[in-house]
Amino acid sequence: MSPHPSPSPPARGGVFVLDAAAIGRAVRRMAHEIVERNHGSEGVVILGLVNGGVWLAEAIGAALRDLGEDVPVGKIDVTFHRDDIGLRAVRPARSEVPVEIDDKTVVLVDDVLFTGRTVRAALDALREFGRPQAVQLAVMVDRGHRELPIRPDFVGKNLPTARDEDVTATIDGVVISK
Amino acid sequence: MTARHLLDIESLGRDGLDHLLTLTDRFVEVSQRRVPKVPVLQGKTVVSLFYEDSTRTRLSFETAARRLSADVMTFSVSTSSANKGESIRDTVETIEAMGIDAIVVRHKAAGVPWQIAGWTGASVVNGGDGWHQHPTQALLDCYTIRQRLGGLEGRAIAIVGDAKHSRVARSNVDAFTALGADVTLVAPPTLLPASLDAWPVKVEHDLDAVLQRVDVVYLLRMQLERQEAGLVPSLREYSTFYGLTDERARTLRDDVLVMHPGPMNRGVEIGATVPDRPNTVITQQVANGVAVRMAVLFDLLAGGVL
Repeated sequence: MSPHPSPSPPARGGVFVLDAAAIGRAVRRMAHEIVERNHGSEGVVILGLVNGGVWLAEAIGAALRDLGEDVPVGKIDVTFHRDDIGLRAVRPARSEVPVEIDDKTVVLVDDVLFTGRTVRAALDALREFGRPQAVQLAVMVDRGHRELPIRPDFVGKNLPTARDEDVTATIDGVVISK
Repeated sequence: MTARHLLDIESLGRDGLDHLLTLTDRFVEVSQRRVPKVPVLQGKTVVSLFYEDSTRTRLSFETAARRLSADVMTFSVSTSSANKGESIRDTVETIEAMGIDAIVVRHKAAGVPWQIAGWTGASVVNGGDGWHQHPTQALLDCYTIRQRLGGLEGRAIAIVGDAKHSRVARSNVDAFTALGADVTLVAPPTLLPASLDAWPVKVEHDLDAVLQRVDVVYLLRMQLERQEAGLVPSLREYSTFYGLTDERARTLRDDVLVMHPGPMNRGVEIGATVPDRPNTVITQQVANGVAVRMAVLFDLLAGGVL
């Protein structure tokens, strides 16, 4: 072992709350709920929020295909609509909305729902692409601490957290760390 | 926080150029949305302060600012107090007192944007100063080449025409070479700068020979005044030796890009039908100009580098 500390610190010790298998089950359940809520998948468009929600949008899209429901999947970057723009360095990414969203049901997808500000920005960004008939929200983790009147329609796991904790949700699992 | 400026290409460096070109990609995507407008500069005010006539650059900057939801103030000299003898400094201080965040300035004298940057707390963007620099033109030209050819590294580019009196030539030589292109200036000796020692370029006088080995032909505007000053015998002779005439354009490979910063003099530096050729990208340059200027204003006013 080198006596010198590594330049990039090792991942902070965190607690696994969900493992990859549990994530897979949650994704399949959310796919079923989306079909149930919308009486099928006609007119449903899945849009992942860049960056955190993209993997989950793709996973839900794949789970829907396994159910025989072929739903367009895209991604939307909300950098330009954030209310903290200019306060920190930003790296805007490309939005890819694969179909017209007028009169469709858009399911916004994100990894972790916290204050709700990202979702608020996404609702504004959507207006530049069209006027959906309805917008629903799917998240892997709802960790509470909302600062805006926003609630999810489809939740992988409700996870009470302290405000200063970090929650990361990936295809490999959900980790809470201080 | 001190205001950041975009005054010339050199101070951007390769990293700064790459950063702005990548950012431009994002705004090209925004421009394709049904509502091509984002709220990033809400509450910011951008002033266009043009001491020299320019319709397209001014419109392009103002469109860019509006698509970022900034408020735009237009100061045009013909209707302003500059005609009554007000100094640039007094004008800038007056405008600044109204509360502004950025000034886009064009002036016939080189260096004016630097002076203004020293007087104001706002961000200054050089919209063209004399024969010196026109950085957003160079950025949009680099972006257009990158979009069409994938990049500038190792590409051969001929800049043809009046490099001496051209801020476009100076900014583009800086930008093209910073991004790894190989630049050749083609012009009569009277239209080349007095010394080319500091220019990382080759110089040729035989346009036909150069055209056979380049990936991009960049034509500069030929101004009538140059003939009046005796720098060329006649515009017809200029066209014969240095114009991309219709006949010359037919000798180009199909994939060679032809570019022009506008406004064009058809029949002088560019043949009447050359703009209609598939890989003549003059209108793409204009379209990309708005996205590039969105990227520049966004980066200066909301880039968040604190």
